[in-house]
Amino acid sequence: MAEIKQTSLYEYHVQKGARMEEFAGYMMPIVYTSIPEEHKAVRENVGMFDVSHMGEIIVKGNDALKFVDHVFSNEITSKEAGKVVYGMMLYENGTIVDDLLVYKVSDTECFLVVNASNTGKDYLWLVDNTEGFDVTVNNRSEDYSQIAVQGPEAEKKMLEVFGLDLSGLAFYTFGNYIILDNMVLVSRTGYTGEDGFEIYGDHQAIREIWDALDRNQVLPCGLGARDTLRFEASLPLYGHEISDQITPLEAGLKMFVKFEKPDFIGKMELEKALASGLTRRVVGLELTEMAIPRQGYPVMKNAAEIGYVTTGYLSITLGKPIAMAMVKAEYAKIGTEILVQIRKKQVPGIVRDKKFLQKNYKK
Amino acid sequence: MSKVLEGFYYSESHEWVKPSGDGFALIGITDFAQSQLGSVVFVDLPEVGQQLEKGVEFGAVESVKAASDLISPVSGVVVEVNDDVIGEPELVNQDAFAAWFLKVKLDQPKELDTLLKKADYEKISG
Repeated sequence: MAEIKQTSLYEYHVQKGARMEEFAGYMMPIVYTSIPEEHKAVRENVGMFDVSHMGEIIVKGNDALKFVDHVFSNEITSKEAGKVVYGMMLYENGTIVDDLLVYKVSDTECFLVVNASNTGKDYLWLVDNTEGFDVTVNNRSEDYSQIAVQGPEAEKKMLEVFGLDLSGLAFYTFGNYIILDNMVLVSRTGYTGEDGFEIYGDHQAIREIWDALDRNQVLPCGLGARDTLRFEASLPLYGHEISDQITPLEAGLKMFVKFEKPDFIGKMELEKALASGLTRRVVGLELTEMAIPRQGYPVMKNAAEIGYVTTGYLSITLGKPIAMAMVKAEYAKIGTEILVQIRKKQVPGIVRDKKFLQKNYKK
Repeated sequence: MSKVLEGFYYSESHEWVKPSGDGFALIGITDFAQSQLGSVVFVDLPEVGQQLEKGVEFGAVESVKAASDLISPVSGVVVEVNDDVIGEPELVNQDAFAAWFLKVKLDQPKELDTLLKKADYEKISG
């Protein structure tokens, strides 16, 4: 059993009385006061998350772009430096190694941000695929702390607290900034469906920035609210909507797969899957009676199991029981009536789109 | 530190029972249980007339993150369901001992003696 790690903000979380749980090898704050309160702060105002558990991997070398485009479902070579691109790394069979953000630093360097629970696996996957490419791959996760400042007031707060004007930083771009005399990387990205920023820096820098935000009434939010927020924005989570058993096409993430690229790992199998038609897909569900559909609950139709819930909640913003679910393709049509098995009851619902709420990005 | 009150009987699965006279009793969950759950958003309860069996699941109390089964601490028939708690589940977080779930007609009032009293429950809900 590996030792459970602490982020650089661990002491803060404990002092605040957060409920701490082990997640991906780290003791992380799940909730400080209440998930609905933290969730609403991000939807309506601004909140901040310690996401230092996320993995940071740096790819450098003459073939950096060529290499990333070989292992990445989306495309980076044609983008300008300073862009952030979301996509996935795929196995040869088209299922997902991980989803990630690629920050294009220069023509010879990319900064990859991956899921905490997959960092080790991703690093090995990258290294295993470097043959024939002039690149070095470095797992720098231990050197970085990361926080996310999210919500409609995030930009104003960064100006107010640090005098940092981020109004010129476009959605899915990043830059290096000096905050409190520390050089940090700031991107206009997040995992909540709201405007906001992710800040990467060394541990001391991130602690100072976090403390300054804390003194200026930015509410700390735990992983509990992070999940309810990403879910309402129908953003996938590895192990739920995507996994090493699920392809991006089944997960509804085709727009992040660039079939125009000459080659990338997994392309051939995905093309075959497209040609033969999908057998299952991730859909939205809305229950028409009050109950809460949770991960793993069976989705039923005509007394047969046709799928399972991948994530479900009583939506905090909408007040309705909604879910994402993997169902057989023939039942994926919007409006299809289904049942969700919840304990001893079968609760009726319908297949709906995944636009549970309007994303509030500043583009 | 969560509250434990006198005059209530407790189960090891963190339900409470309070006798209300004439062989009837109220059932709810303890302050310790609500503090462990966090924000309660839904309470799934049986209907009036349903038979409860001691030690058997009869519903669930759900927080934002998880569903937690309710295990009946006694046997009896449901005679009333607290609609206030169904409409406002956060009442459970505000005062778990006031936010009763069900009123039951006990099959055997003596069954209460098999449950924990305040001092014993305090030991398992530290």
